[in-house]
Amino acid sequence: MCAKQVTKKTARQVETTGHSWDGIEELNNPLPRWWVWVFYATIVWAIGYAVAYPAWPLIHGATPGLLHASTRADVQAEIDRFDAANADIKAKLVAADLQSLPANKELMAYAEPAGASVFRNNCAQCHGSGAAGVQGKGYPNLLDNDWLWGGDMEAIHTTITHGIRNTTDPDARYSEMPKFGVDGLLEPAQIDALVEHVLAISGQEHDATLAAEGATLFADNCAACHGEQGKGDRAQGAPNLTDAIWLYGGDRDTIKHTVTYARFGVMPSWTGRLSEDEIRAVAAYVHSRGGGE
Amino acid sequence: MAFLDKHKAIETHATLLMVLSLLVVTIGGIVQIVPLFYLENTIEKVEGMRPYTPLELAGQEIYMREGCYVCHSQMIRPMRDEVERYGHYSLAAESQYDHPFQWGSKRTGPDLARVGGKYSDAWHVDHLTDPQSVVPESVMPKYGFLSNVKLDGKYIGDRMSTSAMVGVPYTEEQITNAVADFEAQADPNADTAGLLERYGKATVSNFDGQAGVTEMDALIAYLQVLGTMVDFSTFTPDASR
Repeated sequence: MCAKQVTKKTARQVETTGHSWDGIEELNNPLPRWWVWVFYATIVWAIGYAVAYPAWPLIHGATPGLLHASTRADVQAEIDRFDAANADIKAKLVAADLQSLPANKELMAYAEPAGASVFRNNCAQCHGSGAAGVQGKGYPNLLDNDWLWGGDMEAIHTTITHGIRNTTDPDARYSEMPKFGVDGLLEPAQIDALVEHVLAISGQEHDATLAAEGATLFADNCAACHGEQGKGDRAQGAPNLTDAIWLYGGDRDTIKHTVTYARFGVMPSWTGRLSEDEIRAVAAYVHSRGGGE
Repeated sequence: MAFLDKHKAIETHATLLMVLSLLVVTIGGIVQIVPLFYLENTIEKVEGMRPYTPLELAGQEIYMREGCYVCHSQMIRPMRDEVERYGHYSLAAESQYDHPFQWGSKRTGPDLARVGGKYSDAWHVDHLTDPQSVVPESVMPKYGFLSNVKLDGKYIGDRMSTSAMVGVPYTEEQITNAVADFEAQADPNADTAGLLERYGKATVSNFDGQAGVTEMDALIAYLQVLGTMVDFSTFTPDASR
């Protein structure tokens, strides 16, 4: 087919380029018209583009272009547009009284879904996408009414704003359980007794003799934070040890590990990463999950 | 045209053709590349950027060795959805001490440009050891073996010198004290005055919760500093970009 075409064109006396190799000549057919015009169009387009958009490097910067295009300005304008659309409700949310917020239907209609999206993006990695935490790993369940640092709006708001035991926020909630085992505060036998006592007050199977011994140790070493009855203290984030809810697990081995090595759960501070209205929205969302006080 | 007829001279001399081609390509290259070195607005100066500490630098090496960049980008593009999800868009200055930069080209996992400080160290240990234990829907592989490999920082000073050769402003003092700083950052009981004096803001923590410096320590130290150096409350974007 190729050979046939060439013959045909040769027959029409197409000019050659003058190149000749072993008697084979190179024909000089013109480029297809459409192709040539598209080629010219791209050149015109390029000139227009270089004039309209940032293009040519000069001494101190590039030419800005007639349109003054700026990706940064574009994204800022778009963010501002959405912020403006929600500005009223956000201002109301920030000005609202925290404790009575859950009862405010109008604000909750915004805060709950807004908080849900903040939660899924920032909190779900630790607390789970359904807010149930990670059982036995130290990531608290936010659905129940067992709160470490308090479950009313003020308390949740403070926890999210400053975090817990982090090093970045000086106002972070802080408390530190002593490492009774590794720091040598208690003998291994004493720890065993103490563990039996904790099993006893949490209503689990236990050795009664050891538990009685452990009760004194508990009063001396643990009651200051966990309370004489072991019901915990929210001011210090000390968990209630008498219920069946455990942050790291409530079996004998886990409790022993906890007493020996202590626990030090950290939550980041969200100031800076989240705005005040986002913190309030996510606090309202967490509060509304069922355990809010 | 007589001028175009001279083509024949070029096309029939291979050496001449190559020399002239090189010349043309060089001009094109100079026009495109050279302005990037002298234009002041290529990398705007921002407050807070510092070279990585030795431990963070070792962490970046592990990040690259394990191919984290294959699934994670470190580049928040200036688009509203990305800014809403990950935080302020990335600045060129924020990767100026990365050799090579870790922008990545694909996101199987989330962008990590601002992951620093977002999660606790313990979460990173749990998550790297068994990602599905904290994020059930994750497809990330397990990296628990990082906890088993101890690091002594023996070559980290050399690594820093190499960075210094390509323009990272490590000082003599920083390179001399590389091993000491390397160990101090992973030990909250260590004397960290020197480390903090040499690097300014740096998080000192026993990142992996066990004694000694492991690859886990280094990687978490690196992850925890990502995107945290620039204080965006004082940053004003240059409108020319």
